[in-house]
Amino acid sequence: MLMLLFFCYCAVVITGTGLLAVTLKNPVHSVLMVLILFFHVAMLYLSLGAEFLAAVQIIVYAGAILVLYLFVLFLVSLRDEVKMPRFVSSAWLGRLIAGGMVACLLYILPVFTTGAKGDWPAQRVQAITPTRALATEMYSASVLPFEIAGLILLVAVIGGLLLARREKDVHGDVK
Amino acid sequence: MHVLVLLIQILVLFAVVMLHVAYATYFERKIIGHMQVRMGPMRVGWHGLLQPIADGIKSFFKEDVVPEQADRPIFLAAPVICLVAMLTSLAVLPFAPGWVLADINIGLIFILAMSSLSSYGVILAGWASNSKYTFLGGLRSMAQVISYEIAMGLSLVGVMMLSGTLNLSEIVQAQGTSFTGMYVFPQIIAFFVFCVAMLAETNRVPFDLPEAETELVSGYATEYSGMRYAMFFMAEYIGMMVMSAIGTICFLGGWNGPFTVPGVPFFWFVLKIYVFLFVFIWIRATLPRYRYDQLMELGWKLLIPLALANIALTGIVKAVIG
Repeated sequence: MLMLLFFCYCAVVITGTGLLAVTLKNPVHSVLMVLILFFHVAMLYLSLGAEFLAAVQIIVYAGAILVLYLFVLFLVSLRDEVKMPRFVSSAWLGRLIAGGMVACLLYILPVFTTGAKGDWPAQRVQAITPTRALATEMYSASVLPFEIAGLILLVAVIGGLLLARREKDVHGDVK
Repeated sequence: MHVLVLLIQILVLFAVVMLHVAYATYFERKIIGHMQVRMGPMRVGWHGLLQPIADGIKSFFKEDVVPEQADRPIFLAAPVICLVAMLTSLAVLPFAPGWVLADINIGLIFILAMSSLSSYGVILAGWASNSKYTFLGGLRSMAQVISYEIAMGLSLVGVMMLSGTLNLSEIVQAQGTSFTGMYVFPQIIAFFVFCVAMLAETNRVPFDLPEAETELVSGYATEYSGMRYAMFFMAEYIGMMVMSAIGTICFLGGWNGPFTVPGVPFFWFVLKIYVFLFVFIWIRATLPRYRYDQLMELGWKLLIPLALANIALTGIVKAVIG
């Protein structure tokens, strides 16, 4: 009962802050709403017993990625609002389409069923702590996908470096 | 009943830490005074012993000024975010065997998460004040904290690999009670990286660019006054204590010492924290400030590669010895 209440609280806050993040006028306020959202997602992870995932959620998303967003917001001056041509001419037609999409989503929701039980029931994960369970699985059974993901990230890093690097001429002056 | 006991424990911890914070400022002023051949605070009480109390009362009753152009809710919330994040990380610190509020499995990364959260307070304070000095201070702090957090996290990975756990009490137990068991010996590179990153994470000299007095008046805290200004100071000193505690737990064997002091199980822990604090203050009295590009170069080109090399080395040695 308590867990259900807790879940409902998190769900309401996540939805609410998500909506506020796209409707608030001030972009910094929007980023703060996303920060609150990330914290509630971490709380959901905690309620499921995935403590490592919760901590990483806060360190990586709240501590690094969102701070970078703030950095970009501060450095890019956003004095004038960005105006785009409307995709759909009438606002009510847009609302109708959005409502239709929600209806479609709700309609296909019952199709989801829980998958087959894996090797890691909750008791076994709790017995050796989630961190160790995650590490054991990631570095033994799933080591190849893990390495491939690492390689893709490395490509992204090298690409970023190449974009950010300024070429130097023979005298060592930056062009 | 259990909740009540926990509440009392939290209150006691809070009171003790606040008292330590107040007297850490006195400690700092006295030490720097004597290092610069002056007396430091002398007027309030015997050898100025009541100075921190007087400072506290003064800042508590001062007017809380909010600039007209400031983003009011964020301006008011920023110091609170800073202080709360730092106070939360106190909950997982083991002061003595069993003396810990929340003995969680992920203690070490919990502290890293909270320290990254407290940087939000500084950044938002800089932005919400709507002033050039505070804004520059906030930007500097942001870049500095992101860069050095990586080095700090990586330096602690070696400790995690040796102890095989993230629980702070278990890390202390894994080091054993002997002098040579302390992780400062096998993890000497990590300890070096940690000490430098610790100074940068807490915005202390020689990395105090976010509040460089000579350039930015007082950096991110320029527009603050009264109790909210004091909150930033409390957060900074609690941050120093938390970082010292992490250094003590991960590298210096936590509460273990050459002999047990009867009745005071936390004796060695507090002593080691005060050694760290003394070094913090000693460095402040000795070293000039870094230039900004030097700070970034040190972080990215020296500390992070060193920490990564340490991880590889620890892994190889652990695989060979078994």
